[in-house]
Amino acid sequence: MKKFWFKPDIITQVFVLLLFFPLLMISNQTSGSGEKAQQSTSKDQMDIQIPPPPFSEDMFPCSECHADLDINLERRELEDFHDDIILKHDEENRWCMDCHDANNRDMLHSASGELIDFKESYKLCGQCHGPKLRDWRAGIHGRRTGNWNGQKEYLLCAHCHNPHTPKFEKMKPETVPKRPGKIK
Amino acid sequence: MSIKKFVRSPAKLNRRTFLKAAAVTSSVAAFSACVSKEALEAFLQKEFRDMSKDEIAKTLQRLEAQYTQKYGKKFSVSAKEPIPETLFGYGLDISTCIGCRKCVYGCVGENNQSRDPQVHWIKVLEMEKEKGIDFIHANIYYDHEEVPHEGHFYLPVQCQQCRNPVCVKSCPVGATWAEPDGIVVVDYNWCIGCRCCMAGCPYGARHFNWGKIQLPAEDVNPNTHFLGNRPRYPGVVEKCTFCIQRVREGRYPACVEICPVGARKFGNLLDKDSEIRYILENKRVLILKEELNTQPKFYYFYGT
Repeated sequence: MKKFWFKPDIITQVFVLLLFFPLLMISNQTSGSGEKAQQSTSKDQMDIQIPPPPFSEDMFPCSECHADLDINLERRELEDFHDDIILKHDEENRWCMDCHDANNRDMLHSASGELIDFKESYKLCGQCHGPKLRDWRAGIHGRRTGNWNGQKEYLLCAHCHNPHTPKFEKMKPETVPKRPGKIK
Repeated sequence: MSIKKFVRSPAKLNRRTFLKAAAVTSSVAAFSACVSKEALEAFLQKEFRDMSKDEIAKTLQRLEAQYTQKYGKKFSVSAKEPIPETLFGYGLDISTCIGCRKCVYGCVGENNQSRDPQVHWIKVLEMEKEKGIDFIHANIYYDHEEVPHEGHFYLPVQCQQCRNPVCVKSCPVGATWAEPDGIVVVDYNWCIGCRCCMAGCPYGARHFNWGKIQLPAEDVNPNTHFLGNRPRYPGVVEKCTFCIQRVREGRYPACVEICPVGARKFGNLLDKDSEIRYILENKRVLILKEELNTQPKFYYFYGT
């Protein structure tokens, strides 16, 4: 008797499974695509705020002066103007016009010549510093303020690194902690 | 032997029992007369986890009034509960940290540590690059004109928010515990100051208030949490709470925001898109004193 009861049970199970298999497949597919869609929107609508670029005072827009000046593409030591800028950023191979656009002074340009706004200067930096840009986008490189679960404020590369001399300057540390022996 | 000897005779008011009863009643009356209602409430305050919602609200109200009066600022003491589905994790980029100690003092300001005697929840350890992570030769009292100092790197240490916290096991009265969002907290009213937790903690992350706490009224941060940065009492132990008053509101801890080189990262370990999960999945990560099985949620990583 027992054997008799057991067999149909398995058969029904298999039958039911077969019936529902296509259904399961469909539901899996839909849930998968749903996830993908969610991911892409969350990346597109990254709650990122970036403050305006850190221009030197009364410098921007550059075209205010440069509109009346002739374009001189010759690599040279700068005199009279911008002579305070020290280039220590692969200076042997590069010069102003490798990043600044000669024809549109208020923009930067990529290696391929596409214009880049100062507000998106990270695109320019990312051409060489790809892994850093990737970490910056993920929130790992650079300082973050705001909410860990919501809106955060990012900083542009240029807010912390002077683009002309990007290496961090040394800093005076805060006061030394008191030794326990000196506690009153 | 007759059992009668041990059975009390029916109530009989003799001189001795009368005097006893009179002494007890008068001392109780004297105690309640010289102790204010507030002090009595504070004396009878339960451990935080045993309080009902109503009792918590009353306690917070009493503390707020007390602090407001003491510091002359409108205080708020919150007991905001954990955000569901969160487990906080912290990341610190050792390759980026320059040892400027800004985090140390940012923390002191946010979390109302005593200025004198000095209490610092964050210690910045200076180590020699040649020796690697070497606690015995580490120095927190480095005094250079400029940092980072040649040939050295820096390892800030604060509460590691262990999943298996020794401090919690060491506490004989249950005054410290891990919250559901992973933050190890202290009930400063329940702590008896035995310092067993300090002996247990392998990271030196717990600090004791040895003397009268000096907290200038103009520097005090009035936005506080019951289990976090509310002003403490002499004789109790305190520690980093990942800035519980900030992170339960969704904000970053103070040390994360103040770090000038962006070496400090924070997020929800249960959220696969969080910054901390990105670190765990993409960077070289280490935890301190792994062999002790404390299972910290504080991860050091190499950002480069």
